[in-house]
Amino acid sequence: MKFSTYLEKIHGVSIYPIISLILFVSFFVIVTLWIMRLDKKQIEHIENLPLEEPKINQL
Amino acid sequence: MNLEKFSYDNRIPKLFAIACIFWGAVGMLLGVVAAFQLAFPALNFAEYLPNFTFGRLRPVHTNAVIFAFVGNGIFTAVYYALPRLLKTPMWSNKLSKIHFWGWQFIILCAAVTLLLGFTTGKEYAELEWPIDILITLIWVVFGINMFGTILTRRERHLYVAIWFFIGSWVTVAMLHIVNSFEFPVSFMKSYSWYAGVQDALVQWWYGHNAVAFFLTTPYLGLMYYFLPKAAGRPIYSYRLSIVHFWSLIFLYIWAGPHHLLYTALPDWAQSLGTAFSIMLILPSWGGMLNGLFTLRGAWDKVREDPVLKFFVVAVTCYGMSTFEGPMLSLKNVNAISHYSDWTVAHVHIGALGWNGFLTFGMMYWLIPKMFNTTLYSKKMASQHFWIGTLGIILYAIPMYWNAFKSYFMMKAFTPEGQLQYTFLDIMQTAKPFYIVRAIGGTIFLIGVFLMVYNLIKTAKKGSFLATEDAEAPALAKEYIAPKTSIWHSFIERKPILLLVLSLIVVGIGGLVELIPTFLVKSNVPTLTSVKPYTPLELQGRDIYIREGCYNCHSQMIRPFRYEVARYGEYSKAGEFVYDHPFQWGSKRTGPDLARIGGKYKNSWHFNHMLDPGSISTGSFMPAYPSLFENEIDRGSTNSKIHAMRKMGVPYPKNYEAIANQELDAQAKTIANDLATDNIKIVSNREIIALIGYLQRVGKDLKSESVNTK
Repeated sequence: MKFSTYLEKIHGVSIYPIISLILFVSFFVIVTLWIMRLDKKQIEHIENLPLEEPKINQL
Repeated sequence: MNLEKFSYDNRIPKLFAIACIFWGAVGMLLGVVAAFQLAFPALNFAEYLPNFTFGRLRPVHTNAVIFAFVGNGIFTAVYYALPRLLKTPMWSNKLSKIHFWGWQFIILCAAVTLLLGFTTGKEYAELEWPIDILITLIWVVFGINMFGTILTRRERHLYVAIWFFIGSWVTVAMLHIVNSFEFPVSFMKSYSWYAGVQDALVQWWYGHNAVAFFLTTPYLGLMYYFLPKAAGRPIYSYRLSIVHFWSLIFLYIWAGPHHLLYTALPDWAQSLGTAFSIMLILPSWGGMLNGLFTLRGAWDKVREDPVLKFFVVAVTCYGMSTFEGPMLSLKNVNAISHYSDWTVAHVHIGALGWNGFLTFGMMYWLIPKMFNTTLYSKKMASQHFWIGTLGIILYAIPMYWNAFKSYFMMKAFTPEGQLQYTFLDIMQTAKPFYIVRAIGGTIFLIGVFLMVYNLIKTAKKGSFLATEDAEAPALAKEYIAPKTSIWHSFIERKPILLLVLSLIVVGIGGLVELIPTFLVKSNVPTLTSVKPYTPLELQGRDIYIREGCYNCHSQMIRPFRYEVARYGEYSKAGEFVYDHPFQWGSKRTGPDLARIGGKYKNSWHFNHMLDPGSISTGSFMPAYPSLFENEIDRGSTNSKIHAMRKMGVPYPKNYEAIANQELDAQAKTIANDLATDNIKIVSNREIIALIGYLQRVGKDLKSESVNTK
């Protein structure tokens, strides 16, 4: 029931921030590589999706 | 290719739009009232309206603006944009209706219960457990409907706005569930499962990300849909929008600890929060520039079109807020801004500028569209734009000014080494700033009323299109992605995978940040002198929470000379191990109370609660006459002690049997002490319990230092 007593100690807690930085940088690099490899035509199709308008049939 | 016929429903977006504007006006009106209450405490009308004091009204204002105004704004956008982007109607009209009416019911329950004093005492998560459960259910209904729609779509590719909607949905679900872990004591009363430092960390992990994933990311989805629509051209860089999405959701989730700099939170967690907050500038500004660059070469349109005017200022405010936010998370800047009106100014640049103006722009575009007409008056919309902008400026500038003024006064020492100004001196100089701020808010609200009139006239002028017919081919079963983008389109075509990935991305941040603090005893150094609250103090603490004292008073002294000199020894993590929930607060309109115990006599507190102005001339605090008439809720003592023990507070076995006896005895002592100062009061009144609690706060540490001596 009590959250604070499961573990007594944590060794080298400073590793946590380092882990998070490495995680983010690698994640960011992957995303960047990702978008650089995108197909131009496909992008053009997707970015125009909000601009499509349905034919309005007034009821 | 076979074209399938279907139709888009406008009824649900219309309902959400009406609710958004209605609750927006109500929420902002309450904000204006609360702002005037701060400048003129008589406006609390404490004698006649004990349910409308600032401490109760302010949470209604914040909850109304966040969850009612912006919430309904999000749903308006989702129910309008999602079907159109996916070329399919919403999955279930029934679920849409349940979602709409369920959400409005929640808002109503929230407003009523908060005014009645049912609160968990955790900012922006004040609602009690039955409402928390209701929110979860309605959120799940929304999710099922959204994913049902996505899975039955006729457009293979998910436009980036939908990613923002998905990411927001899953993260809000996670935040709400984790932060709302509470132990029910009775119907409408619960205690946070976490205590002290843990509770603070979870709360601000939630609080910060409520801003991120309720006020920001879904509204970015809104921007990515409605800005291109209004400008009539695609977003500047679709590639940038993808980087914007992934880096934003990755970084945001880590930044929460920047709300707890210089507090008793472990240092490594503070640094982590700062580092990720600084990094947040990049994706945020990427998004802002993406929005603004969409208008490149089309600025002449901005001059003509009120919708674009609102959008441009909204996106600019987004840029300003997301630059200011990281700056505020630098420790040296935070030392000035924390607990001050700077934070209030910062959130209002976001709320009024970003959320407000984006919503207004969307409404000016959407309502004429749904009513198949043009806007009733473009001129009036432009006037609204200027009035709103003036309102924001008049709101923000006095708050920034007052923050700096207070800071310099707070830290001023005389050559002899004494504090130069008392808290009251500083408080009194704030009054003109609070008045101008309240006027700024009023002006902003007038603009909203102008919009309401304009939109009603627009609706009357046109005829409502309940449905719009459309046709599109069904999705082909087999799909081969272009060779160059196999990677990306794999994820982007699979919404469930997108959902899971978003959850993992935000989950990692949450886990790395929270787990060590949860599970590690060494993070919360235990002080042997810290003891659980007595039954009377516990009851008093619940009154403190009920009246929303935390809205104006912190209980967390930072380790600065000028704070220690003013309030006493700085706060230690171990002092709060029995605080379910923590009451560190985030704003000091009144002084810090972490060492209030034993500072004044019982009779001082008694008279102060009865009429604060008579004890502290120029105080902004409302009176609490009802505390002198209400009786202490002795019937709840046993279940409260029981709940606390279940959560690990070491009350002796069978303590419930004698808890109320001890409560009565302690209450008698206080009443007798008051009698020596010629104050006659029955010992079973709430004020006695509150005095009992206040005289206890921060005292344990004092006895610890005596012991070690």
